[in-house]
Amino acid sequence: MLTIEEVTHVAELARLKLSARETEQFRGQLSAVLEYVERISSLDLTDVSPTHSVLSLPGALRADEVRESLPREELLRNAPETEAGCFRVPAILDEG
Amino acid sequence: MELIEHSLRRAGDMLRTGKVSSVELTEACLRRIESAEPDLHAFLAVSGDLAMQQARRADRAWAAWHSGKVSRQPSPLNGIPLAIKDVICVAELAATAGSRILENFVPAYNATASARLRAAGAVFLGKTNMDEFAMGSSTENSGFGPTRNPWDPQRVPGGSSGGSAAAVAARMAFGALGTDTGGSVRQPAALCGVVGLKPSYGRISRFGLIAFGSSFDQIGTLTRTAEDAALLLQTLAGPDARDATCVPTPPPDYLGALSQATDLAGLRVGVPEEYFKAGVHPEVETQVRAAIEVLAEFGAEIVPVRLPHTEHALPAYYLIANAEASANLARYDGMRYGQRHSCHNLWETYVSTRSAGFGSEVKRRIMLGTYALAAGYYDDYYRRAQKVRTLVKQDFDTAFEHVDVIAGPTTPTTAFKLGEKTDNPLQMYLSDAFTLSCNLAGLPGISLPCGLDANGLPIGMQLLGPAFAEQRLLNVAHVFQRATDWQWHAPSLEN
Repeated sequence: MLTIEEVTHVAELARLKLSARETEQFRGQLSAVLEYVERISSLDLTDVSPTHSVLSLPGALRADEVRESLPREELLRNAPETEAGCFRVPAILDEG
Repeated sequence: MELIEHSLRRAGDMLRTGKVSSVELTEACLRRIESAEPDLHAFLAVSGDLAMQQARRADRAWAAWHSGKVSRQPSPLNGIPLAIKDVICVAELAATAGSRILENFVPAYNATASARLRAAGAVFLGKTNMDEFAMGSSTENSGFGPTRNPWDPQRVPGGSSGGSAAAVAARMAFGALGTDTGGSVRQPAALCGVVGLKPSYGRISRFGLIAFGSSFDQIGTLTRTAEDAALLLQTLAGPDARDATCVPTPPPDYLGALSQATDLAGLRVGVPEEYFKAGVHPEVETQVRAAIEVLAEFGAEIVPVRLPHTEHALPAYYLIANAEASANLARYDGMRYGQRHSCHNLWETYVSTRSAGFGSEVKRRIMLGTYALAAGYYDDYYRRAQKVRTLVKQDFDTAFEHVDVIAGPTTPTTAFKLGEKTDNPLQMYLSDAFTLSCNLAGLPGISLPCGLDANGLPIGMQLLGPAFAEQRLLNVAHVFQRATDWQWHAPSLEN
């Protein structure tokens, strides 16, 4: 069973903040799922190589040419905040 | 016969021969949407104005061809009203992927799949409801309320493409796009009594598809018949310079080959015992075995096969897919698009945006994925899961040395009640037990209606094939549908 601290730590890694109720609920649910997925630990996988992708396509390359792209205004239309044609974001460093 | 009762193929024939106009078809669909939508909530947004505009344009294209002014025949999809899952971008229509975090997101561009349908003259009725970011098997995880099953509104339509499946089952659209990461096209197709085709990984471009599990995600179709699926696949499939995971091979002539398929002589159908184990409802087993018997009557040879790692597929899938999801969903930080919950600094803004914007299941999956990738657990979980993926794929490789297709139930049970599994994520995950192996291996699969249970709920048979054997699956499904009439059973709706 996961501890409250583990759940809180994973939430922090995922940039999530859980309420006390959510933390308790997720602790139980995630523990049950982890217990279930444990069944793959019974398999002998020593000589098995991992599958990252089912396709064996070569990387697709194209010429590095200037092409028409979508207008800046259109792409900024979805931004929560913009300034001078850029995305505006909150302060990255805490002030003083 | 009402217009909306026709198959997509038949509606296309009627457009071509001038028996009906696209405006008439579109109005018929919009009327059905208006009457059934309050009970079903299959759509997140209905785009009536766009649809009528596209319908009029399609009618002009048919008229120009009928009068001889234009010599090139319009696409068989020209003027056909369709519904699009809300995870696929259509320029100028909001795309939420069922998430509050994307509530006001309006993409500036079309997904390749939408662009190809638009270029073919298809009509877009609207964007369909879904589990948030396609994570779920019941559409109850939508941030905007669940969709209900047209066969019984107390029950779920399946998921995550539940809105698309319900829309096709309720005759609101002649076909719909869905996406399938672990069964999200086939499972709702089975629960709603329609045909769900999940093509091979790499068959349809994913440019403009909002990502969940990038090594699994694939766009698929929901239709009434295999013929209809072939028609849509013909337009959707094919290389795309904007998706490096889309194979460069052009698609074959699906419908042409399909019409030649009249029997199944020489076809070897593998039946895996693992897909009939405990958990499969007896009525589902009976109907699916009867459907396999129909294949035998048309000349197929039924061969028992083994897929020994089936029980390990689900754990491997949930570890890998959620690890990929945790990385893909890192982009929702409230900076460039979507909701932002402003706080005093950047870190707190990320955290409060994501905590307020994501629903419970999405948070759970991001957490599980983050855990599986975290230092100290990576080798035990993520890496082991990728090795299990190899074994699942090898099971199929071995089976397909002996058989041409694999047949079994799409889901262990028919549609369950709303709320029945929401408190128990693991039980919910188990409803994808037979569909997700195929995603681990990148194979094509199709679910087709093959019966009704004692409650009058649809049962689906799943056919799986080797990579890029869509044609074979469509042919077998077509022969089955010519011999049976399950695809014409429709839910009775108050109208």
